[in-house]
Amino acid sequence: MALPGFGLIAIFIILPFFFAIALSFTNQRLISPNPTQFIGMANYSRLLGVGVTTIQPERDDEGEIIRNAAGAPEYPRLRTIIRGNPDFANLAGMREWFSWERSDEARTIVLARDVVFMKALVNTLLFVIIVAPVQATLALGLALLINQRLRGISFYRAVYFMPVVVSIVVVSLLWRFIYDGNNGLLNNMLSALTFGWFEGHDWLGDPSTALGAIMVMSIWQAVGFHMVIWLSGLQTISPTLYEAAAIEGASKAQTFRYVTWPGLRNTAVLILIVITMQAFALFAQIDVMTNGGPRDSTQTIVFQAVERGYGRQDISGGSTISVLLFLLVLTISLIQGFLTREKT
Amino acid sequence: MKTVTLSASIVALLSGTAVSAQTPLSMWYHGAGNVVESEIINGIVSDFNASQSDYVVSLESFPQGAYNDSVIAAALAGNLPDIMDVDGPVMPNWAWAGYMQPLLIDEDVIADFLPGTKGYYNDQLYSVGFWDAAVALVTRQSILDELGLRTPTLDDPWTGDEFNAALEAAKQSGNYEYAINLGMADAGEWYPYAFSPFLQSFGGDIIDRETYQTAEGVLNGDEAMAFGEWWQGLFEAGYAPGTSQDPADLDTGFTDGRFAFSWTGNWMALNTLLAFEDTLFLPAPDFGHGPKIGAASWQFGVSATSDHPEGASAFIEFALQDEYLAAFSDGIGLIPATPTAAEMTQYYSEGAPMAVFFDLSAAQGTLRPVTPGYVVAAKVFEKALADIANGADVADTLDAAVDEIDTDIQRNNGYN
Amino acid sequence: MMATISPDNSGLRLAVRYTVLSLIAVIFLFPLVFMVVSSFKPDAQLLADTASLRAFLPVGDISLDNYAAAFARAPVGLFVFNSVLVTGVTVLLSLFVCSLAAFSFVFLRWRGRKLLLAIIVATLIVPFETIAIPLLLIAANLPWIGLDGFQIGWLNTYRVQIIPWIADGLTIFLFVQYFKDLPGELIEAARVEGASSWTIYRRIVMPLAGPVLATAAILKFLIMYNQYLWPLMVVQQESYRPVMVGLQYFFQLNRAWGEIMAYLSMITVPVLAFYLYMQRAFIASIASTGVKG
Repeated sequence: MALPGFGLIAIFIILPFFFAIALSFTNQRLISPNPTQFIGMANYSRLLGVGVTTIQPERDDEGEIIRNAAGAPEYPRLRTIIRGNPDFANLAGMREWFSWERSDEARTIVLARDVVFMKALVNTLLFVIIVAPVQATLALGLALLINQRLRGISFYRAVYFMPVVVSIVVVSLLWRFIYDGNNGLLNNMLSALTFGWFEGHDWLGDPSTALGAIMVMSIWQAVGFHMVIWLSGLQTISPTLYEAAAIEGASKAQTFRYVTWPGLRNTAVLILIVITMQAFALFAQIDVMTNGGPRDSTQTIVFQAVERGYGRQDISGGSTISVLLFLLVLTISLIQGFLTREKT
Repeated sequence: MKTVTLSASIVALLSGTAVSAQTPLSMWYHGAGNVVESEIINGIVSDFNASQSDYVVSLESFPQGAYNDSVIAAALAGNLPDIMDVDGPVMPNWAWAGYMQPLLIDEDVIADFLPGTKGYYNDQLYSVGFWDAAVALVTRQSILDELGLRTPTLDDPWTGDEFNAALEAAKQSGNYEYAINLGMADAGEWYPYAFSPFLQSFGGDIIDRETYQTAEGVLNGDEAMAFGEWWQGLFEAGYAPGTSQDPADLDTGFTDGRFAFSWTGNWMALNTLLAFEDTLFLPAPDFGHGPKIGAASWQFGVSATSDHPEGASAFIEFALQDEYLAAFSDGIGLIPATPTAAEMTQYYSEGAPMAVFFDLSAAQGTLRPVTPGYVVAAKVFEKALADIANGADVADTLDAAVDEIDTDIQRNNGYN
Repeated sequence: MMATISPDNSGLRLAVRYTVLSLIAVIFLFPLVFMVVSSFKPDAQLLADTASLRAFLPVGDISLDNYAAAFARAPVGLFVFNSVLVTGVTVLLSLFVCSLAAFSFVFLRWRGRKLLLAIIVATLIVPFETIAIPLLLIAANLPWIGLDGFQIGWLNTYRVQIIPWIADGLTIFLFVQYFKDLPGELIEAARVEGASSWTIYRRIVMPLAGPVLATAAILKFLIMYNQYLWPLMVVQQESYRPVMVGLQYFFQLNRAWGEIMAYLSMITVPVLAFYLYMQRAFIASIASTGVKG
């Protein structure tokens, strides 16, 4: 009886995905008259290649370290050292990812062949780590709130779901107006609330707040979706259990701890997996609101996969990213599954 | 293909013409959602169908934002129409990929067309445009007077210094939220189209046009570095809103009086003209290597899979009549491709309010690099400009862009 | 309909509850209000209003002009019809196919079912964008036998927008997790009485599946109704275009935000109607399953 479902998934998801895996080992382009060639792991090493180098501060004629006004040593530009220099052939084409000063005498620089992808990777993980638990918790809170027997509760139930009903593309457009740095709604409200003390901030234009702004919006947008899933889980808990708890004189906290939460086990697993997957797939908000900027602060894995596969016509590179994403999420799911396994 | 043929024959049946002898031709156009544009193109199609009895063209319109993706998907699935339109700078990519074939149109027919409307690739004519588009520095005479600035002309445009001084003056006046609207909210092809001419005026370019094999030295040479520093300075000094500009700003900012200048395309010009009587369209400033603006807009071509290229070309040639060029210009404000058509139009005839764009296009229009690699290079350039505007290190960013463009060229065997 | 007022629902507590609920409601409601309110305003005013709370108030120059313009610009009715048709058919087939599969995974014992389920769940990770091109090549070469005979290629049809989306990991997984919570004794009892699997599925499991059916239907509806990339790739004729591709009609160079908002308001109606309908069905089914559970 699983056959129709599995058969359709096999043809329309698994088969094309194997196709994508195969593409990741080739130089296939979206548009090209050139024949496709097998290039082994080249796509993977282009994405994941990293290198480390150390540079010395600049010294004046007497060998003293040149320092700037603040007393910090001045370092030469990395490009002047490695660009076009055969001694650094192994680092050619790499860019600085991050660096730190080991001592006053040297700076260690970690380079990546594809800094943008590395940033996308870090941003996506950050997004998942923050958004998944916050969203799951808020959604559960809302579901509990909405699961009471109150007159007119179905009105609220509908309202909380509203942001999900409106397409994410639309919601993202709207939030661009809200976050606007000049006279956006958020700035105007904060300014009014603080009696003009708050002078406004370019939320999406500042690399330090752009990702946070997108997180807040994403949580707000999808929390109703997960509320509905929690709700359907809550509904499976038999009312007789609650009645029994009430008779026993259990407090609200105790009822939640001993009746509600155990009854939500399967739902919790579902929610956790669904939220994690959705967070990893972060794309539309980025596409509409920031295009990955400012300065790559909102690059994500799927955005990069699409940007390369379609925008830069590098379909094999895009496929490679999706294979890496698949492996990454699979690993995380296995860990999750292990941690939340049924203890018997 | 089958369904396309089917619908074409239905059209033929409905129009009641002799069906048996006519060859159906399918055509795609990017204008869905623009009522005026659709009316004009439909008019041309029915005129053509009525004018001869060999072919019958059926039109399918697409919204612009979805057009290129639709074409690529159709090409992958072997489903292209006979006649299609194509954005000028993208044409070499599609021609190289084997989506398009050269037109069977005598070059005499397009002798007096604006250079930006002729789509040549490998010395062959693949596409022709009914119009060109141009970018100008939009402002008002009253603003120039208020800021005490001279009016630049085609013969004597502002120098880079004069331009910078103008922005500074606008900022100092305190009357504007920002000195200039660069349209930064409009990501995508706008960046290379609108801003690469600045780079070219500085003496740099997106790619080395001698060989089309590398960007080294042109996109990260001294001239390009100077351009990058200047570009970053525009945002550091607060002359222009950056990449986070909201769309409202873009659409109505100038007419609301929040900018002193606007660097914008002629398709937006009509709104401004309606808002202010003393609207001026100024030429691009000269940063040392001549004043430049982008050229080439949407053009028409024939798909490589068309079985009736002579019919498809016949349609395009038919559509190149001045009458239709003028109709498009009047309808959507674009620059008609020929001087004779320009004389027939409301906005571009001698002394008409937007005639200056015709001269701008003819005098300053610079084609974007004519290479299949442009599509990817443009994306890279767009990201580099956004990053620099947001404060990224100029040299590192341009180096990275060069590396990416060069890698792409290599991976495509030089796009030869 | 829920007139049972428990003892602690009195007076102040009740007021506090409604206040909390309403405050949260305001936070969630504003995009919809903005969208609808804006659809009645001319562009200049709409954009100026975005800076203040006026964005949420139907004040100033209010008219239906944007709606008229939206209809002139695009065949709105056709797009909505296409989307509702494709979405509706897909949701129905999906509920059937996916619940059947989940039933088999949870209640039947067969070799390899755990592995198969794990594979299905893993497909959740695959972002559609990354398999779109291979899928296009597959769809362009699939055979079909219809009223007009045998054909190769599914492009420019409704079926190409429906069939690939019927089965998906999320929906199956949703059913699986829900079925696990159903009382196993009922199924065992039926089996002892000699009921066939089909009978158990139809007579016992599905009547208890109200809440999850509603949830799955809503989620699937949203996914299908917001389809963009896929129909864009496989449908080249206006007559088959869905609403989100239609949205692109409004982002031509002559962009008009008021018309965009009017169009969005119109295309949101079916989703909202469907959600409200499912919510009622959802509550009704809870009422009945509550008794059985």
